[in-house]
Amino acid sequence: MKYTQALENYNQKIAHAATEDMVLNMGPQHPSTHGVLRLELITDGEIVKEVIPHIGYLHRCFEKHAELLTYQQTIPFTDRLDYLASMNNSHAFVMGVERMMGIDKDIPKRIEYIRVLVCELNRIGSHLIAIGTYGIDIGAFTPFLWCFRDREHIMGMLEWASGSRMLYNYIWVGGLFYDLPVGFEERCREFVDYFKPKMVELNQLLTDNQVFINRTANVGVLPLDVAINYGCSGPMLRGSGLKWDLRRIDGYSVYPELEFDVPVGKGEMGTVGDCWDRYKVRADEIAQSLRMIEQCLDRLQKELKRTPDFDPRAKLPRKTIPKAQDYYVRCEGAKGELGFYFMTDGKSEIPTRVKARAPSFNNLSVLPEIAKGVMIADLIAIVGSIDFVLGEVDR
Amino acid sequence: MSFDDIKALLTDKFGAEAITGEETDGLQPALLIDPDRIVEVCLELRNNPGTYFDFLSCLTGVDYGVEASRFGVVYHLASIPYQTQLTLKISKENNRELNELPAFPSVTSVYKTADWHEREAYDLVGIFFEGHPDLRRILLPDDWEGYPLRKDYKTAEYYKGIKID
Repeated sequence: MKYTQALENYNQKIAHAATEDMVLNMGPQHPSTHGVLRLELITDGEIVKEVIPHIGYLHRCFEKHAELLTYQQTIPFTDRLDYLASMNNSHAFVMGVERMMGIDKDIPKRIEYIRVLVCELNRIGSHLIAIGTYGIDIGAFTPFLWCFRDREHIMGMLEWASGSRMLYNYIWVGGLFYDLPVGFEERCREFVDYFKPKMVELNQLLTDNQVFINRTANVGVLPLDVAINYGCSGPMLRGSGLKWDLRRIDGYSVYPELEFDVPVGKGEMGTVGDCWDRYKVRADEIAQSLRMIEQCLDRLQKELKRTPDFDPRAKLPRKTIPKAQDYYVRCEGAKGELGFYFMTDGKSEIPTRVKARAPSFNNLSVLPEIAKGVMIADLIAIVGSIDFVLGEVDR
Repeated sequence: MSFDDIKALLTDKFGAEAITGEETDGLQPALLIDPDRIVEVCLELRNNPGTYFDFLSCLTGVDYGVEASRFGVVYHLASIPYQTQLTLKISKENNRELNELPAFPSVTSVYKTADWHEREAYDLVGIFFEGHPDLRRILLPDDWEGYPLRKDYKTAEYYKGIKID
């Protein structure tokens, strides 16, 4: 039967490998898989001959839910895709719906700046987790505690704005849940001033740490052509040396008005596209996000000041019924190109099909390719450097 | 290269019958391609120096509804050198029997991205991809029955004798 042929081939391969080599299950509860990912390793001694990822342990039927709920009701579900950067997810989703409705040009500037501000804060939070857990994966415990200490400030601020620590439901179609609370801008600036020296400390502790460099440089090299062919994006693709950032390329929201650089991997410690480069891109992106936050704060405190009659829900559409069309929206999430594909029938508030293109899903799919023939200890370093979130891989 | 130029290029190369139509009323125009020619078309779009669509952003399996009994696949290509985007669509009519899935050629040989995306489309929509190297279910368990994103899917009440709440 041709539909079950692949499964039989796979079972045979595992049965064969179990006699010749050793089959080792890493996960689904392994701490360095950052969630419930199961990697089936076919090993010859310490060498990994093949990696077979098994995903789906955290499948929550996002696409099915999206076909049954209105756009506004789907936003909380998008928060749960990449739960470390929920703001970026809802921003992408909302942007797609707004463009289909044709109201994306009417959104007040203040709202757009607040959106970018919270997205960049959330991106820093996500990268801090990536860096901290990457350290702990390969044996450095202190950076983990430092990163979580600093991330706590971001969580606290976003909780202040939205009422929730991780799953915000803050960005709505046509506006925001609430305006920023009074004093948020000042608190945010305080955080930026506090965090900049902390980032220098973190770089001294981890980035230039010789033990860390030895564990990550020249390990898990991802050549650029492979990265593109596998659809890698975000820090994975930039780590391989390509300046590809959708915030620049597409210039959505207010990103064209902000000044920032796009850090890329240069192979300073080893080869271009190794684990250290991917790590370094994330560390540099934090500095760029801080720059963007400062610029947003400048605008929000000067020309786009809070006024008593400003209503962030003023532009909320009463009925969200886009005309019948297909639309694919992409934006730069914390992990890479985050896309939503909508199919609408023009009659109801419920889309007929929604597909989420999750960056982690594609970034993870390259793992069997770059983990061929590495040592088991290096595999941990590679898995950590991909920085995936299983909520997004499994959706 | 604009949408019309790409259309002209493909018509030149593969003949008029390879392109079965176009959708231009939405925000993003889409080319409808003959399902049997999709691999050649993708390869040409990827390798042609005028287009260089080297990045497959997204691949979606679609069920067009119970009355239409039509299944399709939507490809979102992106060109990194030219910073352009293009949508390709293929579709065919098929019944809804679980042992006669709609079959399309796999583009895994052109874009490795398609590997997992096609497995997902097979898993959730029930579309078979000819020539895929490892077409197993990806998100659901291997012994799951039915394809949940089909419009006629009835939510399973039991899985291996265990009631699903």
